[in-house]
Amino acid sequence: MKRIESVNDFVIKFANVNGTGSASANNMFAKALFRMGLPVSPKNIFPSNIQGLPTWYEVRVSEKGYLGRRGGVDIALSVNPQSMAQDIREVAPGGYFIYDNTKPLDLRLIRNDVTIIGIPLTQICNDRYQDPRQRQLFKNVIYVGALAALLDMDFKVLTNLVQDQFKGKEKLVLSNIQALELGNQWARTNLECPIGIRVQTSDKVGDKILLDGNTALGLGALYGGATVAAWYPITPSTPVVDAFEKYARRVRIDPGTGRRNYAIVQAEDELSAIGMVIGASWNGARSFTATSGPGISLMAEFLGLAYFAEIPTVLFNVQRAGPSTGMPTRTQQSDILACAYASHGDTKQVLLFPGTPKECFDFGALAFDLAERLQTPIIVMTDLDLGMNDNMSEPLAWDDDRTFDRGKVLTAEQLESGIEFGRYMDVDGDAICYRTYPGAHPSLGAFFTRGTSRDEKAVYTEKGEEYEENMLRLMRKWDTIKEYVPAPEFVPSGRETDTGVLYFGTSEESSREALDYLAEEGIYMDAMRVRSFPFNDEVKSFIEEHKRVFVIEQNRDSQLRTLLMAEFEFGPDKLKSVLCFDGTPISARNIRKQIKMHLDGNNVTPLHRNAVATGAGGSK
Amino acid sequence: MSYQVPKFRHPELPVNDLGYTKADYEGSISTLCAGCGHDSISGAIVMACHELSIEPHKIAKLSGIGCSSKTPTYFLGKSHGFNSVHGRMPSVVTGAAMANRDLLYLGVSGDGDTASIGMGQFAHVARRNLNMVYIVMNNGCYGLTKGQDSATADEGSVSKKGDPNVYSGIDLCGTAMQMGATFVARSFSGDKGQLVPLIKAAITHRGFALIDVISPCVTFNNNPQSTKSYEFVREHAEATGTVDFIPMRKEITTDYDPGFSHEVTLHDGSSIHLYKMDETHDPFDRRSAINTLEDHRSKHSILTGLIYMDKDSRELHEVLETSQRPLNQLEEGDLCPGNKMLENINASLR
Repeated sequence: MKRIESVNDFVIKFANVNGTGSASANNMFAKALFRMGLPVSPKNIFPSNIQGLPTWYEVRVSEKGYLGRRGGVDIALSVNPQSMAQDIREVAPGGYFIYDNTKPLDLRLIRNDVTIIGIPLTQICNDRYQDPRQRQLFKNVIYVGALAALLDMDFKVLTNLVQDQFKGKEKLVLSNIQALELGNQWARTNLECPIGIRVQTSDKVGDKILLDGNTALGLGALYGGATVAAWYPITPSTPVVDAFEKYARRVRIDPGTGRRNYAIVQAEDELSAIGMVIGASWNGARSFTATSGPGISLMAEFLGLAYFAEIPTVLFNVQRAGPSTGMPTRTQQSDILACAYASHGDTKQVLLFPGTPKECFDFGALAFDLAERLQTPIIVMTDLDLGMNDNMSEPLAWDDDRTFDRGKVLTAEQLESGIEFGRYMDVDGDAICYRTYPGAHPSLGAFFTRGTSRDEKAVYTEKGEEYEENMLRLMRKWDTIKEYVPAPEFVPSGRETDTGVLYFGTSEESSREALDYLAEEGIYMDAMRVRSFPFNDEVKSFIEEHKRVFVIEQNRDSQLRTLLMAEFEFGPDKLKSVLCFDGTPISARNIRKQIKMHLDGNNVTPLHRNAVATGAGGSK
Repeated sequence: MSYQVPKFRHPELPVNDLGYTKADYEGSISTLCAGCGHDSISGAIVMACHELSIEPHKIAKLSGIGCSSKTPTYFLGKSHGFNSVHGRMPSVVTGAAMANRDLLYLGVSGDGDTASIGMGQFAHVARRNLNMVYIVMNNGCYGLTKGQDSATADEGSVSKKGDPNVYSGIDLCGTAMQMGATFVARSFSGDKGQLVPLIKAAITHRGFALIDVISPCVTFNNNPQSTKSYEFVREHAEATGTVDFIPMRKEITTDYDPGFSHEVTLHDGSSIHLYKMDETHDPFDRRSAINTLEDHRSKHSILTGLIYMDKDSRELHEVLETSQRPLNQLEEGDLCPGNKMLENINASLR
């Protein structure tokens, strides 16, 4: 058997039971590697369950800095008998299978092409701890200690990490370090350390941080000046408001009175949540809500009102696998069309697609400026992969000279200066009109906001030409919006090529890596990361300038591609889909495989999309 | 289509403490059916706000969808208004009230808007004790879609189609009390003498104030026995396809002494019993208020007046401990923690 040998480059997958505290131990492992200067991308693959079902935690280590899902497993560490058969099956030939051998491995599972390493974790815990909860919790810490020996990790980094994490709780520091040492010693005494895969200290991290996108969005809202948050609990977006609240409690308390400079209302459902946001924004406060797929469906009617009545609205959509309840704890980019054209009638909604936690923060704050400047809903489209996993990211930064762009709002003085006020009058020629806040002036500037058709002065009308003119103005505003939303990121291949790839959000890392693989084989492609809808002109030119463009996305129905064809009228022949929708993040190997299927003389588009999915073998 | 109210006013209209006449609180001319009870409620709102000397622009009027929800156009023309989504006025008001605690929030809704599509939002806004006045113009039917029974129609009451309603009616006052409303009242659109003071009391109350106003639908809530009227409407509706040609009817008004039950004849000839609480009723005791409400319900009489009020109510801003300065007046310096804090956060994430 040829063992996999590598330094600072592997994928390890932990198999645990949900609700046993494994995520924090696995996170400790990932963060220790990060502190050793190694780019890591941990991904928590968890069930929609509180306790008892299988859960996995995958950590990729890549000195080259590849952060996307690579595909394949080099090391599996399984402490869950429920999933053991699957776990060992997933290990790549030459890889390693580490398991709790307190109970011997089912002989039928043994593979000759995998190094099998047993650690009697349950036995060690039972010998050491009396309390059943401690037996369960420390089992996880013990295997992290053992892994440190097997992978030749810097043990000091782990103990320092524990000290930082449990600062001020000396008892916890001590017991965790003891558990780490227990595992470490057992491995050193009983196993051959290190195995063929190992790590060594590097310097590839720089000043980067390890942060989840949801927290970054919550911070973005805080820095963007949000004062009213309304929400309804839903996975995977709940942590956005949790993070906003956590930091608001720290920095938004009025020093004089002790009262709060924010209001958070947990609504009775998502309809109410978005209604509150619209009410607050209409009344001049910066307000937001966070939700996921089912919430988007419920909010659709209100999104149409906000679009038509032109009320600033900030909505964070942390996408998960749909349709319906779908797979609530798995990732997808499958709300693109539902959001882009949310609500009945002719509607178009502004979408932002952040790709990293830093961008979640930036777009989270920017969304408020855009919403008020453009007087329309801004939907920030992230996903579970970005939202709930720690992602390596550029550090967050804020320009202290930056001021909020509150858009076109007339003050009492402006109203008194004698200018003519009409809520829906296009005075400046950019199709964005002036508004007033309720209570602005005793006799000037009041108007009636409504979801029905109205004239320029906001007076109800059913005159066809007035309705039509308003709808056309909204289309002109759509053109204005293109100047404000973030431009796409162009990544030239540096070679002559007639092929391009388009991707957005969390598909970026895997796409870039796949392009590197292809370049090694002499296949060069220009790339563009779309960051917003409406699409900027650069997106159009990019597609025009290439004969064929692959559109990489994480849904079944090629939703971004559909949107590109609808908005630009490109034919289906020009845009080819690269898809992944099994609920796990798209992997670099999967992208490469699908692109090559198209390129290697297989110029035939599969008749059905499921042929693509089958051909790609899901995410593997 | 709304019309502007003629600007001409009697030169000696009485002014309130702010120097405003009643006309300063009026809106556009109503496009509801002539004689509609809702217009009387609009008039009562105008009168209450004028008499209380509230600055018109310090009021925000919000509604959902339906005949009742059209009325904010017909009063308080100097106030910002918001005709939102069917049944969702409470959430919009909640957000608005969070943004600026200094304005008066007047929500107008109907029985379809409140008791059916918006039942959830109604229940929860009451439960949160949002500082607002919530007026339901309750006619027991869907006017804009031509008279279907609503959820507040009483069991056995006969609709325009002639079918008796087979479901029990929702008592909004009872529901609001169960949900934790801190001011609950019921009135009748024809009884301005009772309604105006109730609206004033509701405005004055800090917390969620519900006034369930029975407001007969002149067009669709006809008693089948009243065939003349019924046939008249049906013939004209068929001829024009609109409801705008209903001839002017005389509005019902009533005036009675406290402590007595009264039978009031409605437009369609049917009657309802009105009962005003006597002086011994204690509207500040929740349990007795619920019992009184139930007693009258079982006797098929409609209890009106102030039913319950919690004088020590803590409204949502108090519960959430929000700043006294309205949140929409806070600026960068109050809201944005700056880069230094971000650097600390970054450091904790390495």
